[in-house]
Amino acid sequence: MIDTLKERKTSPAPERAGVTAAADGPEAQAVLDAFAKADTGRFPAWLREIRGAARAQAGQLGFPTMGQEEWRFTNMAPLLQLPLHPAEKAPLKLTRRDLERFDLGVDAHRLVFVDGHFCPDLCSLPEKGNGLKLGNLLGNLAAPEVEKHLARHAQADANFFTALNTAFFQDGAFVSIAAGQAAPKPVHLLFIGASAQAGATALSRNLILAGSGARLKVIESHVGLSDGARVTNTMTELALGPEAEVEHCKVQQESASAFHVATVQAAQAKDSRWTSHSIATGARLARNQIQTRLEAEGASAILNGLFLADADQLIDHHTVVDHAKPHCESHEFYHGILAGRAHGVFNGKIFVRQDAQKTNAKQTNRNLLLSDNAMIDAKPQLEIFADDVKCTHGATVGQLNDEAIYYLRTRGIGLAQARRMLIQAFASGVLERIGIEALRARLEEVLAERFKTAGI
Amino acid sequence: MLEIHNLCAGVDGNPILKDLSLQVKTGEVHAIMGPNGSGKSTLAQVLAGRSDYEVTGGTVTFNGVNLLEMKPEDRARAGLFLAFQYPVEIPGVNSTVFLKAALNECRKARGEEELDAVEFLDLVKQKTKLLELDPALLSRSVNEGFSGGEKKRNEIFQMAVLDPKLAILDETDSGLDIDALKVVAGGVNKLRRPDNATLVITHYQRLLNYIVPDIVHVLVQGRIVKSGGKELALELEERGYDWVLEAVGSNGER
Repeated sequence: MIDTLKERKTSPAPERAGVTAAADGPEAQAVLDAFAKADTGRFPAWLREIRGAARAQAGQLGFPTMGQEEWRFTNMAPLLQLPLHPAEKAPLKLTRRDLERFDLGVDAHRLVFVDGHFCPDLCSLPEKGNGLKLGNLLGNLAAPEVEKHLARHAQADANFFTALNTAFFQDGAFVSIAAGQAAPKPVHLLFIGASAQAGATALSRNLILAGSGARLKVIESHVGLSDGARVTNTMTELALGPEAEVEHCKVQQESASAFHVATVQAAQAKDSRWTSHSIATGARLARNQIQTRLEAEGASAILNGLFLADADQLIDHHTVVDHAKPHCESHEFYHGILAGRAHGVFNGKIFVRQDAQKTNAKQTNRNLLLSDNAMIDAKPQLEIFADDVKCTHGATVGQLNDEAIYYLRTRGIGLAQARRMLIQAFASGVLERIGIEALRARLEEVLAERFKTAGI
Repeated sequence: MLEIHNLCAGVDGNPILKDLSLQVKTGEVHAIMGPNGSGKSTLAQVLAGRSDYEVTGGTVTFNGVNLLEMKPEDRARAGLFLAFQYPVEIPGVNSTVFLKAALNECRKARGEEELDAVEFLDLVKQKTKLLELDPALLSRSVNEGFSGGEKKRNEIFQMAVLDPKLAILDETDSGLDIDALKVVAGGVNKLRRPDNATLVITHYQRLLNYIVPDIVHVLVQGRIVKSGGKELALELEERGYDWVLEAVGSNGER
């Protein structure tokens, strides 16, 4: 089933006026002022310039509204009504033992951040000399590669949240693997939300660099220490050199009342391979932008995703694969599981630029609705400006297969267990694509636990 | 073991089984034969508990309990097994995980200890040999990508592992070549014991050369119109179903 669209869409200019989504909430400018007041860090001139520009952009953009195409399914008002302010350094003293429950079963180097602030005592760093540099971003601002790449790949002015992050990020991870090197272990970036204050916002900014031919696996997990209406606003930029291979697995397990807004942006050089996984089960409201730009021939990207939401959760994934050059490939595979009154959003955008002949792009989005009140908005969006390309997309929404349930029951397996087995199978369709075996096994367990809390 | 009295059942208001009665005793093998559309598969599915079929009359007791009130899983746990005519493919559910869960549910219901992984694998090894089943299939998803023959073999393999009291084989011979048929029939025969029973549903007599029934029933238009010994199957094979229809004068009923 090949569906080659060849249309030039002239979408209306996005509404950029600072319309406040939340009538009772603070204005965008007031939020910016609160962040500016707390922003006492000292930054090199190049970064001051970037931050200043982003701050101005945030003011111009204002809060997103559902009138804008990019936000039409996702009402951010519950977040924007909060008294947004930068999360302070938590007064609590965490030990390694406190973190055991966030362990993902992977023997990995680890960086830990609590409410966006770096916790060096809790980290496990690699020995020097194998080409892997790992540390907090603030500690590496003097590195020339940071200046070269930071805020150069992700658009600060994509929306209010990206501009806010760029203008005021507190810290984040810096991971760099030198050309020709393979990281001996995966890197685990652990972001812990601890603040109980409503609106306390952790702004983290991560930079992941892979030199030519380098190989690296990164796990980025977001968890909560205890429940609270706190906010995570995180951006991760990845730059892959020629023939580099990077696997990035984002695991979002925030607390039930928390908010999560994330952007992951990759930039891929010739013949590089990027695999992204986004596993999302947490937060009251989560918005993920997972994006890559295939900037040179022969690059390939795989975007996998699995989201599971119940109760009144909203989990939104907006993906963008930008085919800028010829002979690139992308494969996208997203599964959604929605129970209770949960709302899922999948918006998969594929650009094929005029120059990007011989593009091969494939997108599959499958969604499982487990209750009458669960909802999914699925929107594949292909914008193709080249004429010799292969692009396919498909989105399905369905329920569990009654035939399969009956078959399992005739073998003695109870109805609830039969349903669970099928839901788990649906989830495994994504999890089995994860290249870190121990992580895959752990995520199966995490999901089984999550099924219990969701009453599945 | 199984007592069916005046069973009436249908789907979407259309009657299919009409006053069907049948008794299967422990240790017996019964064959049900009949033309297409006579209700053979409906009988199998009603016994297994498929909810699409509505039972409108009659009783079915299985070892003294009212079968019709039981959920499909409870029927299985009580020792009833249906080998499907069209086994369902279940992508993502591993065959071994599935079968171990099923067996342990059945064992729990029988008051037996659950098997651990090692014990289970021993049992599986034994039974795959019995059915000459490629053990590699068990590392795959349930029935996914199996050939027609592999699916049928897998049904009987599951039966061998679950060790039911009453096995219902619904058109198990369809889609099997003669070699596969011999293997499957051989497996069924080896599982025959004085304390279990088998109900073989088939359109063709061929299977009954290998699984020799004690009693053959002819099902026509939802009721059993003739019962006899194994010779009846041969006669049906030779003369077709028309003479039975004429003999019972059932034409014109539908």
